[in-house]
Amino acid sequence: MNRIISPKNAQKIMQTVFWASGIITILILLIIIGYILVKGLPVVNLEFLLSDPINNGAEGGIAPMIVSTIWVTLVAVCIAAPLGVGAAVYIIEYTKENNLVKLIRFGSETLASVPSIVFGLFGLAFFIVFLGMGFSLFSGGVVLAFMALPTILQVSEVSIEAVPRSYAEGSLALGASKWQTVSNVILPAAIPGITTGIILGMARAMSEAAAILFVVGAALEMPYSIFDAGRPLPLHLYTLATQGTSLTNSYGTAAVLVIIILIITIVTNTVVENYSRKMMGR
Amino acid sequence: MNYRIEVEDLNVYFDEAHILKDVNINIEKNMVTSLIGPSGCGKSTFIRTLNRMNDLIETFKMSGNVLLDGESIYDPKVDVVDLRKKVGMVFQKPNPFPKSIFDNVAYGLKIHGENEKFIEQRVEDSLKEAALWDEVKDKLDKSAMGLSGGQQQRLCIARTIAVEPEVILMDEPCSALDPISTTKIEDLIHKLKKDFTIVIVTHNMQQATRVSKYTAFFLHGEIVESGLTDKLFIEPEDKRTEDYITGRFG
Repeated sequence: MNRIISPKNAQKIMQTVFWASGIITILILLIIIGYILVKGLPVVNLEFLLSDPINNGAEGGIAPMIVSTIWVTLVAVCIAAPLGVGAAVYIIEYTKENNLVKLIRFGSETLASVPSIVFGLFGLAFFIVFLGMGFSLFSGGVVLAFMALPTILQVSEVSIEAVPRSYAEGSLALGASKWQTVSNVILPAAIPGITTGIILGMARAMSEAAAILFVVGAALEMPYSIFDAGRPLPLHLYTLATQGTSLTNSYGTAAVLVIIILIITIVTNTVVENYSRKMMGR
Repeated sequence: MNYRIEVEDLNVYFDEAHILKDVNINIEKNMVTSLIGPSGCGKSTFIRTLNRMNDLIETFKMSGNVLLDGESIYDPKVDVVDLRKKVGMVFQKPNPFPKSIFDNVAYGLKIHGENEKFIEQRVEDSLKEAALWDEVKDKLDKSAMGLSGGQQQRLCIARTIAVEPEVILMDEPCSALDPISTTKIEDLIHKLKKDFTIVIVTHNMQQATRVSKYTAFFLHGEIVESGLTDKLFIEPEDKRTEDYITGRFG
């Protein structure tokens, strides 16, 4: 035996490499979030959250930005979730692997790889120029829906496919129709995964600046409806940072965005876990 | 005529594969009929033609006829949903839904639009009939996934009888269960034949002799021999049946 590394040592080395990969992943996340929080949290207080910006955001708070973010995210999820889940149900339950399915998948993968600024340009060309609509959070939300759609579709597809066929067989054998089976057995069993997909898509939409750059109007005022112009958090922090308005407030805005996404993720995970545990009787 | 199911010259193909060949058999009302035979002999495919579960397979083709109470179940006018209400099925691996015990039994009733009061009573009756009530009556709202395999299978039987079918098909219902659970299911089968016609696929020849009045022996997609269980096991007419039941193959 004249191997350079013995199998035993190779095993040890590779185990360390994999361990390190995991640890580095966590570290990167912690460093970024930690940095943002350390730089941003000092300016975050109740007043910052609840007041309007002054001097283009150099002073004052970010209340309109939080409201804008909520509006665009809601619009995006309300459009992308039914579309994505619906397409996933169609692919898995209502059709066999055929050219249309391949086309849907190809379309969704392509959509996922389109740069966000291109979505932004499309939004400008379609909503503002072609339809002649003014800048609005609604247009921003629609563009973000397109961005969230592939994630929601792909994760839903995997979750629905993971539901054991025996559940569907049991339901059909009791005389349930296809739709009764899908709505009463398959979707409830796939809901934890689907919810995760929707949250992933939502987080992506929520943290996007480039895609909405040209359509939401970047207004500093409080939006009173989804058809008003607005300025979601990512766009605000981008503007503050690039125009040299206030780097401190830019970090503060980023910290708020990160915290909102963290809270949503943690709350959803907890709810989903409880639901799964109850469903599976553990 | 005392037959619940009559099968005439049934041939089944999946793509080019000829799975069932000229199967003819009559299944008597309120009796248990066992289908035995080695793996791959077509007995599971056969039982799935009786509630049209094979329709779910794209490559499925058939000829011949299956009559339920004298009416063809493959007639284009037949609604598969109605058929499956009349012909229930219990599967090899217990497959309760990831829902509460109550909701599992109530499921078939709910989708058929029964009212709540009726459902509540039916759930209790069905669980009692399936000899599961005493074990679960205090945890009806708990997930069925937390039950043991044997309890899950009795729950699946309760779920099936809740919609009051005429026929219950059982596809190796005990093959995933321990001997004690198996005994409970067999006792249950004895009890259920008063109200239901039961067709059971089994790998276990002792089980066939214990539970069924009639037995059919399948081999390579054909029925080699069928008739009274006692006769088939004691003095089989066909050499192949004898070889199989004496354990020479299979």
